[in-house]
Amino acid sequence: MNAAPVAGAAVVSLRGVTKVFKGGTTALQGIDLEIQPGEFVSLIGPSGCGKSTLLRVVGDLIQPSEGDVIVNGKRAHQARLDRDYGIVFQDAVLYDWRTVAKNIALPLEMMGWDRSRRRGRVQELLELVELQGFAGHHPWQLSGGMQQRVSIARALSFSPALLLMDEPFGALDEMTRERLNNELLRIWAETGSTIVFVTHSIAEAVFLSTRVVVMSARPGRISSIVGIDLPQPRLTEAREEPRFFELVTEVREALQRGGADRVTDALIAGGEL
Amino acid sequence: MTTAPTPAAARSPPAGRVLRRLRDWLPALVVFALGLAAWQYVFSPLAGKFLLPKPFGHRSVTQAFWEQRHVLWSAGWFTFQEALGGFAAGSGLAILVAIVLARWKRVGGALMPYAIAANAVPIIAFAPITNAWFGALNPRSKMVIVGVLCFFPVLVNTLRGLTSVPPAAIELMRSYAASEVAIFRRVRIPNALPHIFVGLRVASVLAMIGAIVGEYFGGSIQALGVQIENSVSLFMFPVAWAAIMVASILGIAFYTAIGVVERLAISWHPSARGARAE
Repeated sequence: MNAAPVAGAAVVSLRGVTKVFKGGTTALQGIDLEIQPGEFVSLIGPSGCGKSTLLRVVGDLIQPSEGDVIVNGKRAHQARLDRDYGIVFQDAVLYDWRTVAKNIALPLEMMGWDRSRRRGRVQELLELVELQGFAGHHPWQLSGGMQQRVSIARALSFSPALLLMDEPFGALDEMTRERLNNELLRIWAETGSTIVFVTHSIAEAVFLSTRVVVMSARPGRISSIVGIDLPQPRLTEAREEPRFFELVTEVREALQRGGADRVTDALIAGGEL
Repeated sequence: MTTAPTPAAARSPPAGRVLRRLRDWLPALVVFALGLAAWQYVFSPLAGKFLLPKPFGHRSVTQAFWEQRHVLWSAGWFTFQEALGGFAAGSGLAILVAIVLARWKRVGGALMPYAIAANAVPIIAFAPITNAWFGALNPRSKMVIVGVLCFFPVLVNTLRGLTSVPPAAIELMRSYAASEVAIFRRVRIPNALPHIFVGLRVASVLAMIGAIVGEYFGGSIQALGVQIENSVSLFMFPVAWAAIMVASILGIAFYTAIGVVERLAISWHPSARGARAE
């Protein structure tokens, strides 16, 4: 807990992060992970493996019970106060009483940007997520996919170095999800930000990521990390290449091994091995 | 963008809208007319025109309403002011208390059970007591009972609105390093507005009831409740009914006014707009 923050190159650095909830559930155990600038890292695992908890620990929305969390070379708490990251949730979490433009401008308002500067930035972002002409709409007038694009625009509005995404496309239909996957890769390439992306879709994780972090449940831990060497930029066709399927298989097998580890652990704990 | 909704595209011209409005309201108007006819030709003759005066004609409610209009409207205004005063004080206090209870959860946890229990108490039963405290002729005796009546529904609804914010909406604000005050101002209070108006609408109805029933236990001769009481005791039933009509008109107007303010205040709310584009 008392290691001095280091101004290393990593955007996110986790050392021995453990989270035990009040009820005694161990959500995370001994997580070590370094994420370099410009990486797109997916966290994948069965439900209850703590991947969303891990994302919130990085964002200082949940405090770890043990371990160090360094974001942008500072403690996670300071990084949050400095607004070093943008976050996107599974639900778009747009405020109904604000128009699309004002939802996107919310973080800018809180940072004290003046009106004309906000307006210019919102216009850029609407173009980035291809929602020109919807500035004056209210969130409930948009489809689920459009709402999520507004949410992404809001997270990017102040150009944070780090983007945290918690199953952002989990509630969308397959076609919308694939289109938004393509858009997200384009935005990632354009902004050069680092993305940590929680998902439970193997194909999505492989298609988007530079690295896939495979987690196992109870307690949540990293069981393996799969590097994704598909060439950039990736277009829809990348989903049809043999290498894509090999990597999907590799991640799937890693997920299954993660489950097998748990059985082994149980046997060890029970004194049978 | 193939998913683009067409929000204002299919809006009909004004004339068409007026016609459609009329068609929507027609069934309700027919029922109203039928009700009046049944009152005039069935119920009133059955009950005897002495106990249930007819709505129209000689010795009718409308005749009494016209003849007594100055007295009745000034009595109505007197009572309405009591209702409005109590409503404003009770609702205003309730919103402030709700903010305190939502901000300091420990205090809220200690007081909420009592607020909910008090909500179930027939507060109007205290009307004779407040009359005794402040003097029956003093409008404040009615305002106090109205204020207490309005307090609880507004408190409970406001508190629900302030605390029923999705956790992710709060996490989002925390990710911007927002203070508690900022979260209140930008999330909790706007989120609570639709709930607050639910409470205010309930309270607006209770306010008129409270003021009039309070007056039944004694009040100024200028008060509507006292007018109703006196007319009945003098067997002037048409006047009593006319006074009830004034009370109804004022009550409906009050309720409607709250609805108008609601529409203006939360015009962003899906319920305040037309069909949602999907």
